[in-house]
Amino acid sequence: MRQVSSWGRLNAASHEVVSVNDPAQIACQIARKPHGIAHGNGRSYGDVCLNPDGVLWHTIGLNHFVSFDPSTGRLVCEAGVLLRDIQRLVIPRGWILPVTPGTQLVTVGGAIANDVHGKNHHVLGSFGDHVKRVCLLRTDGQSIECGPQDKADWFAATVGGLGLTGIIVDAEIQLSRVAGPWLDTDTVPYANLDEFFKLADESEADWQHTVSWLDCLSVGGRGLFMRGNPADAGVRPEPKGRKRTMPIVPPVSLVNPLSLRAFNMAYFHLKKWRAGRAIAHYESFFYPLDNLLEWNRMYGPKGFFQYQSVVPRDVGQDATQAMLTEIARAGEGSFLAVLKTFGDRQPVGMLSFPRPGVTLALDFPNKGLRTQNLFERLDVIVGEAGGRIYPAKDARMPRSLFEAGYPNLSEFMKYRDPGISSGLSRRLMGN
Amino acid sequence: MAEHCARLWVQGKSVDLTLVGRDAERIARVAADLRVRSPESEIRVTQSDFLDPSAIRNTVDGIVAQGVVDIVLIAHGSLPDQAECQDNLEVCRDALEINGVSPLLFAEAFAKHMGNANSGTLALIGSVAGDRGRKSNYVYGAAKGMVTRYAQGLQHRFAGTGVKVVLIKPGPTDTPMTSHLKGQGPKMASVEDVAQQITTAIASGQATLYTPGKWAVIMLIIRHLPNFIFNKMEI
Repeated sequence: MRQVSSWGRLNAASHEVVSVNDPAQIACQIARKPHGIAHGNGRSYGDVCLNPDGVLWHTIGLNHFVSFDPSTGRLVCEAGVLLRDIQRLVIPRGWILPVTPGTQLVTVGGAIANDVHGKNHHVLGSFGDHVKRVCLLRTDGQSIECGPQDKADWFAATVGGLGLTGIIVDAEIQLSRVAGPWLDTDTVPYANLDEFFKLADESEADWQHTVSWLDCLSVGGRGLFMRGNPADAGVRPEPKGRKRTMPIVPPVSLVNPLSLRAFNMAYFHLKKWRAGRAIAHYESFFYPLDNLLEWNRMYGPKGFFQYQSVVPRDVGQDATQAMLTEIARAGEGSFLAVLKTFGDRQPVGMLSFPRPGVTLALDFPNKGLRTQNLFERLDVIVGEAGGRIYPAKDARMPRSLFEAGYPNLSEFMKYRDPGISSGLSRRLMGN
Repeated sequence: MAEHCARLWVQGKSVDLTLVGRDAERIARVAADLRVRSPESEIRVTQSDFLDPSAIRNTVDGIVAQGVVDIVLIAHGSLPDQAECQDNLEVCRDALEINGVSPLLFAEAFAKHMGNANSGTLALIGSVAGDRGRKSNYVYGAAKGMVTRYAQGLQHRFAGTGVKVVLIKPGPTDTPMTSHLKGQGPKMASVEDVAQQITTAIASGQATLYTPGKWAVIMLIIRHLPNFIFNKMEI
C-alpha cells in the first residue's frame, strides 16, 4: 500500500499500486488485481484518478511510440506517453498535437479519458476530436478497438469516460501541420466582462488560440486577453526552459488575500505594460506553469480545489459576473483564474466537459468548511444557468449537479466496466 | 535503464543500434518506439538465451560481424526477493546467474572482439548494492559485487589500450524492476536522469559512475562503517 494524492493534494489515501508496463501483460495483471482505476501522470485535480483503499493501475510505463507516418501525421502510441514527448518528437518534423491542455505533463490516456480541451476549442474542439482509434481493454479480458466510425458508441463512451469503460492501452491520433514551434501572440488588457466578451467575439474568427487571465479581486472583472496563431518565425534560439521546483510544502498556503492582491496587481500591470504583439515559443504560451515543477505545493499541506464550470453563452456573462461577486463577497480569491469561451461544437464523448458557452476556472486553497460553503453558492449559479462542472478538476461536486450537467449519464452507464471503480465514480455514480 | 539510454542515443542522430533481449515481443516493442523516435537510425533486434554460453557467443559474434561496435551497454538484471532466495536455492541460483554470471559472459564475449579491434567502450551496470553486503538484499548484492570485481579486472586488462570499461552503479531508480518498491523508502531517482548520466559517463569513458552522484558519498561511508555499527543497522 502506498500514499497517493492527485494534483490538488487534498488527501493522501493509501492505494495498492500496480505498475502496468507491458501491453501484453495488462489483461493478466488486472485480472489478478481487479476493481482499480488507471492512473497516468496524476495531473487531474480531484478523485477521478484515485481509488482510496483500492487498486491503482499505474500506466506511466506504457510510454512507447508504436508508429508515426510523417506524410499523413498519424501517430500511434501507448496510453502512458506524455503529451510533452509527442510535441518534442513531432514539432521538429512539421506536426503538432491539435489540442493540448494547459500542461503537457499529462498522458495520452488521461487526455482521452478526460477529453481535455485547449485554447483553440472554438477552432479544433477537444482532444477526442482528433483521436481516430482507441484500444480499450476491459477487465473481463475483452479487447475493444473503437473509433469515431467504428463502434462509435464505445468510442463516445470512452472519450471523456473518466477511465470507467476500460483501460486505454493505445491510441491513434491525427496530428496537425505546423511550421515550427513559434506563435504570433497578442495580449490585450480588458477592464470588465463586457470588454472580455467583445474581445472574445472579435477574436474567434482570426485567432486560433484565445484565453484570458482574470483578476478576480477586481470589481468589474479586469484581466488580460491572450490570443495567438501559429507562426512561421524561422529559426530562432529556443528558450532555455529552465526548470524550477517548489522545493517544499510550506506550512501554510502561500496563496492568501495579502499575497494574492499583491500578485494580481503586479501581474496585471506588468503584463499591461508589455501588452501587444510578440513571438512566443509554444511551451511558454501553452504551458506557462510547466517549468515551475510541483507548483501545487504552494497551497500548503491542506491542498487546493479547482472549480471549473461551463455555462451556456446566452447566460454566460450574467453567471460569470454572479460567480465573481460571490467570490468577492466570501473574501476569497483565486490566483489562477482563467476565463475562456468555447466554440459552438458538439462534444465528442457522452461525458465530455466542453460544450458551447463560457468556462471559468478558479483555484482555491482548501480552507475546509469556508471553501465548501462558497462552492455551494457557486453550484447554485452554475445549476441555474444550466451549466456543468469539469470532473477532471473536481473533488466535491454534489451528485445532483453532476446528473443535471451530464444528461447522457444514463446512456454512459451501459458502457461502464464493472471491474473498474474510482473515488469519483463512487461519489457521483454510486459505485 | 538501457532503453532510456537508447532513447538518448537516437535523439536527433542517426545511429546503428542492436537490441539484445530475452523476450522477442518486448524487444520488438522497444525497437518500434526507437524507430519512431529516430527514423534515420538502423535499429536491429536479436533474441538470445541469456544463460547459455554458446548462445551468448553466437549472439555477440553475430553482432560484431555486422560492423565495428563502438559502445556496448550490458544492463539486464532482475531484483529477487531476498527472503525467497534464502528459502529456495533455485531462486537464489537464478538470481546469481541472471545478475552476475550472464552479464559477465556477455562482457567477456565482447571484450575479445574489442581487444582485437583495440577500440570501443564496454559499460556494465552494477549497483550500489554490490558495494557492501547487507541482509535485505545480499544475494542480489553478491551478484552485483561480482560485476564490480569483474569490471575492475577488465579495466586492469585494458589499461593503456583503446578499450574503455565503464562500471555504472545506480542507486534505487524508478524502473519496472523496482516499481513494486515505489513509495516504500526514500524517493527513487528518475530513470531519465540516470540514463542521462550514464550516457555522459560512457561518452567520456569514466571508469566508475555512481548515479545519482550522492551515492558515491553514501556508499563511501557505508563501506567504511565498522562492523559493530553496521551490524546494528536495519538496512
